[in-house]
Amino acid sequence: MTGHAVTERLRVDVAIVGGGIAGCSAALHLRRRGLSVCLMEKGALGSQASGVNFGGVRQQGRHFAELPLARRSREVWGRLPELIGTDCEFVPSGHLKLARNEEDLAALERYAADAAEFGLELEMMGRKRVHDEHRWLGENVIGGSLAADDGHANPRLLTPAFGRAARAVGADLREFTPVVETERDGARFRVRCATGLEVSATSLVNTAGAWGGEIAAAFDEPVPIETIAPNMLVTEPLPSFITRAVGVCGGDVYLRQVARGNVVFGGGDGWADSSLERSRPSSETSARAIERALGLVPALQSALVIRSWSGIEGGMPDDIPVIGFSSTTPNLIHAFGFSGHGFQLGPVIGIIIDELVGTGASTSPLGAFDIGRFHGAADLRHVSAANPEQEGAKR
Amino acid sequence: MADPAIAIVGAGPAGIRAAEALSRHGLSAILVDEAPKGGGQIYRQPPDSFQGPASSRYGFEARKASALHLTIKRLATAIDYRPSTLAWNVCNGRLDTLCAGRGESVVFDILVIATGAMDRMLPLPGWTLPGVYALGGAQIALKYQGCAIGQNTVFLGTGPLLYLVAYQYAKAGAKIEAVLDVNPAHAKRRALFALASSPRTLAKGIYYRASLGTHGIAVEEGVTPMGIAGTDEVRDVHYRRGSVDKSVRCDAVGLGFGLKSETQDGESTVSGVYLAGDGAGIGGADAAELWGERVGLSIAARCGRRHDASRIAKIDRRLARLARFRAGLERAFPLPLLGSTLPDDTILCRCESIRVGQVKDAIRAFDVVEMNRMKAISRVGMGRCQGRMCGHAAAELLAAETRQDLAAVGRLRGQPPIKPLPMPWPGTP
Repeated sequence: MTGHAVTERLRVDVAIVGGGIAGCSAALHLRRRGLSVCLMEKGALGSQASGVNFGGVRQQGRHFAELPLARRSREVWGRLPELIGTDCEFVPSGHLKLARNEEDLAALERYAADAAEFGLELEMMGRKRVHDEHRWLGENVIGGSLAADDGHANPRLLTPAFGRAARAVGADLREFTPVVETERDGARFRVRCATGLEVSATSLVNTAGAWGGEIAAAFDEPVPIETIAPNMLVTEPLPSFITRAVGVCGGDVYLRQVARGNVVFGGGDGWADSSLERSRPSSETSARAIERALGLVPALQSALVIRSWSGIEGGMPDDIPVIGFSSTTPNLIHAFGFSGHGFQLGPVIGIIIDELVGTGASTSPLGAFDIGRFHGAADLRHVSAANPEQEGAKR
Repeated sequence: MADPAIAIVGAGPAGIRAAEALSRHGLSAILVDEAPKGGGQIYRQPPDSFQGPASSRYGFEARKASALHLTIKRLATAIDYRPSTLAWNVCNGRLDTLCAGRGESVVFDILVIATGAMDRMLPLPGWTLPGVYALGGAQIALKYQGCAIGQNTVFLGTGPLLYLVAYQYAKAGAKIEAVLDVNPAHAKRRALFALASSPRTLAKGIYYRASLGTHGIAVEEGVTPMGIAGTDEVRDVHYRRGSVDKSVRCDAVGLGFGLKSETQDGESTVSGVYLAGDGAGIGGADAAELWGERVGLSIAARCGRRHDASRIAKIDRRLARLARFRAGLERAFPLPLLGSTLPDDTILCRCESIRVGQVKDAIRAFDVVEMNRMKAISRVGMGRCQGRMCGHAAAELLAAETRQDLAAVGRLRGQPPIKPLPMPWPGTP
């Protein structure tokens, strides 16, 4: 791990490891607070989970612990142009979550009742109404619930745009700079990079996604993190007709149509190698996702799929992320393992990290995300989701 | 040890010779090819209904073409030859294919990629107008469909193919308005010595060039293309020679600036994956045949078959001579760098309709230094062809804008399917 000659030393208030959406938003907000920031990213900003995901800006269907954060993040999505100079193609199209059987419909109804307590208004639709208002839906849809102010955006733009804004206010963002070692150095942290960069910082922020577990382990708090590879596809541009972002109970397919006309969809898992260096979409998963997409939107029959892709992200056994202070090390903050649904949350995660660093506490409830929940749990892989409405992969 | 499962993609000169060399050593391969008949692009076979001798289609190369066609005909019964089959994905020792709407996965231990070359296209104003074809496309129209791309055609670009296709059109009786080569005549004269390493091929080139003159076709060298004009279709080609602006009226343009390998890369770094022929590095059909055989022999040796050292040495000598000739060709027809001098309103990526100026803006706004990031931000290469058409020009533009070497900007990652596939996808048994 060592053996890299140090060619450059930096001393900053905050070192951030991982240049995804959470890290870049944190860099922007910390810098705006007046702190000096160095962010290290092993590839390009937002090139894994933050950039390859579906692009769903969705509150509906989330674990209730995430809803207060998602509500707050939605507010940030509404003011992206002022914050980072672009709306990242965010379209508040509404998110329609569909039921394909009575059981699913009942689950949607229960979820809608509970979500109301968090201030999330969901509109239930029976078979007739959902088909009257969405004539492109297939016969297998028997109802759904609509989150009117959810929508979708372009994930390839969001993180680079946050990165650009962070740089504009003086944050030091280093791309293609893999971190090889993070350690405590007296009252400070020392972060060594393969490029020869060594950063000394008062606070350390772990926004390393699928690699976040390695950093947690380096500070004696290992977590049972798994690798997830989303499996995404896109069609040629088609005339605009899919008016909503669409998901289903069970989460096995989700789709949206962008302004250019391409239909972006996904569902199921791609393939990633164990060293987390490479990921690929899976042909079988793609074929299944296509079948389900055709069931949902029969008019896609014969549309050409022009590309598919994957990426690498971290999944926790209980499908919610780790967010908050380390349980072993002062001034170490974790925010990783978003388990396939971090895109919508990303902007506010940076704000929460900034609150934790700047004031020692967040105005958002973070208890459920404490890293301490994994202490002593040797293998938590089979812990079921705390929330039965939890979709599978549902970016 | 059981013999490994070997898959070859592409039944052109390289793929066929690789399959033959393996077969000679008692090794059977699965040979997957998108075309209904073997031969590849250069020795493409016409549909059954076409009449006429091979010499009318392949000219001086008729003998080689016939020999290759005979080989694939013989091999077809000895190996697992799968024509009309698209290989659309490869991952972890598995090749996904599609034939007549049916999907099949081919599991392999050893893969030979012999996917050939395509035209190197450089965008210029008007290049997306109906009536503009790649030189390779113009050639397919003639060989496979027996028709010309227009009534009055201009051939524009550079490289040996420019003159060969023009010659073939002239010979077929098509009317050619002009042949415009962006490279000057003196570049070719300077390369003569290297080109003389393959005197027969050089003689053919000189013959093609000269015969254009005898057909009364204007050939202009050292031109700067300014653009292709027209509203709904090609009307004329504008170019500059010296300080003189010129134009020529036409209804079709054959465009090409040399060839580029379909694999984008010269050498496989993956164990068990071999590259052969123009797909690995442009060398031409003769080199491709040798290269294919060479790869076949290497695999046979790896599988413990008799090591045919004298044959390998002979192939290597001939490949080295062809490489000298190739170096001469590259001096005679250097690839022009048009990508960095294009007007901002020229369409760079035709699938996504992205203009040069938009790409420059994206590069500057996001400090882009690498190709895949450029794709993510600007959409160049995100469309149907995944950058096979515009990737090279886009790389030149990025290199010029960021003052980097062309190699430093990287290359676009290919994603499955490599060609668009309609929904639903075939199952993959």
